[in-house]
Amino acid sequence: MFELITAFDLNSFFSSHLGENAWIPMKVLLSTWESIYMVFISTFFSYVFGLPLAIILVTTDKGHIMENNPANKILGSIVNAVRSIPFIILLILIIPLTRLIVGTSVGTVASIVPLTLAAIPFVARLVETSLKEIDWGLIEAALSMGANARQIISKVLIPEAVPSIILGVAITAINLVGYSAMAGVVGGGGLGTLAYTYGFQRYRMDILLIAVFILIVLVQGIQLAGDKISNKILDKRR
Amino acid sequence: MIEINNLTKVYHTSAQDITALENVTLSVNKGEIFGIIGLSGAGKSTLIRCINMLEKPTQGSIIVDGQDISLFNRHELRIARQKIGMIFQHFNLLSSRTVFDNILFPLEIARVPSSEARRKVNELLELVGLTDKATGYPSQLSGGQKQRVGIARALANDPKVLLSDEATSALDPETTRSILSLLKDINRNLNLTIVLITHDMNVIKQVCDRVAVIAESRIVEINDVLSIFSNPQTPTSQSFLNAIMNKDIPEGILQRRNTDTADTISKLIRVSFIGASAGEPLISSMVQKYEVKANILYGNIDHVKDTPFGNLTMELIGQPVLVNEAMDFLFENGLEIEVLQNV
Repeated sequence: MFELITAFDLNSFFSSHLGENAWIPMKVLLSTWESIYMVFISTFFSYVFGLPLAIILVTTDKGHIMENNPANKILGSIVNAVRSIPFIILLILIIPLTRLIVGTSVGTVASIVPLTLAAIPFVARLVETSLKEIDWGLIEAALSMGANARQIISKVLIPEAVPSIILGVAITAINLVGYSAMAGVVGGGGLGTLAYTYGFQRYRMDILLIAVFILIVLVQGIQLAGDKISNKILDKRR
Repeated sequence: MIEINNLTKVYHTSAQDITALENVTLSVNKGEIFGIIGLSGAGKSTLIRCINMLEKPTQGSIIVDGQDISLFNRHELRIARQKIGMIFQHFNLLSSRTVFDNILFPLEIARVPSSEARRKVNELLELVGLTDKATGYPSQLSGGQKQRVGIARALANDPKVLLSDEATSALDPETTRSILSLLKDINRNLNLTIVLITHDMNVIKQVCDRVAVIAESRIVEINDVLSIFSNPQTPTSQSFLNAIMNKDIPEGILQRRNTDTADTISKLIRVSFIGASAGEPLISSMVQKYEVKANILYGNIDHVKDTPFGNLTMELIGQPVLVNEAMDFLFENGLEIEVLQNV
């Protein structure tokens, strides 16, 4: 959809001004969109799975509201194991799984699967840290009122940790920008593919630099947005 | 209202077992303010947490309002806890919620219907005098205001018992007084049983009916507050009293004492008095009756629950026989006398 609209509006404008390089802005725009799309969707899904994982990691810990030592240890080991696989290897390792889920192992949509999978354990640890920052006194107060585990999670742990969790979302998204570029090298689409196939393989240094510049802008933008939202919530509570 | 029988709490760590409480037995009557005083590490914090089972006792029973809550399952315990309010030293208010929503919190937990809950919150805001702060966040409040929110929150489900965990320890003396008088009002008006722990004898003095002194994991003394103040039975109680009674006499004062002459002696005594005798002019009667001079060096008069009590450190100067007779006179009139230095 996006592709069609930009093609319709901008094609004639670019070709009349840039001549034989008219494809470049089009390609850059499309690649940028692909990158944003990949990062956004995989960030979203990594929190869909990572957030509950973090909650289980925290609450099953020793002395916590749902203490369960075996579950905590097993889950912790799995998270660590997945985190220790380098992304570029994970990418290749789960190709069968990617095919199973999206039907193909190349392209933007296919990249979302390894990106999400790589980010889930990262998110789990990140959110775990946020949740552990919460003063035990607040949990104790809720317990003293007769709150059950579900109420403590939904009314104390999550709301109290929101500003910190949002900063974590920014960190995750920024990480995924980097990972998505890596996925691009092996045909994942986005700015990574652009930089690799045009910039590196065809010796177009200008395209390589444009890709890097856009990546920098993306990362800055994400961090700025994360800080803004987090501070806005904290300001309200101040 | 609360019966604690042979409560023992042992923490197992990999290195060693630590006994936090040993054979604690005490009972708290309905409608009284019961204080537990002890130094940090004495076990008072563990003790108050056992009353609502935030800490599971290793041994012993805890009976609240006729039910042994140490035998309750998780569900029964949650229901029971709704009727045991608790306030904390560091308030433990949710920073993500407004003052109003913080007080609403326990009502949400108890699944009280919304309109009824909101009416209750407004009532409580009025009770603690924070109606104008309802939409503010806890971080915008002073320490005293935060504790008022804590108190309102603890009262939301109409508890039978209120547990106070060092609720005034983080507050300045002025604010402490106002929080304590709020607790006292609540105790009187709602006939609410309050158990409070503290390390400050002033807190005990201001609000408590009875007090338990805890030292090294054991209860060493339980008595009504006036008796503890007038006649402490253990060194621990004594040292808590000394801390607020200024019984330790400053060095300089002792040096200014008179020396004995050929026919007079000087005796340094401390006179403690309590209740009615505090109102009588016994010292001046003594001076008139016997030929002794009384040189008051140091003193302290205070009130515990409207009963005056205090002590005076003074020097009696005169002939040895008369000094002794004067002391007998004071003793016969119900004062307690302690000879500090017999020169």
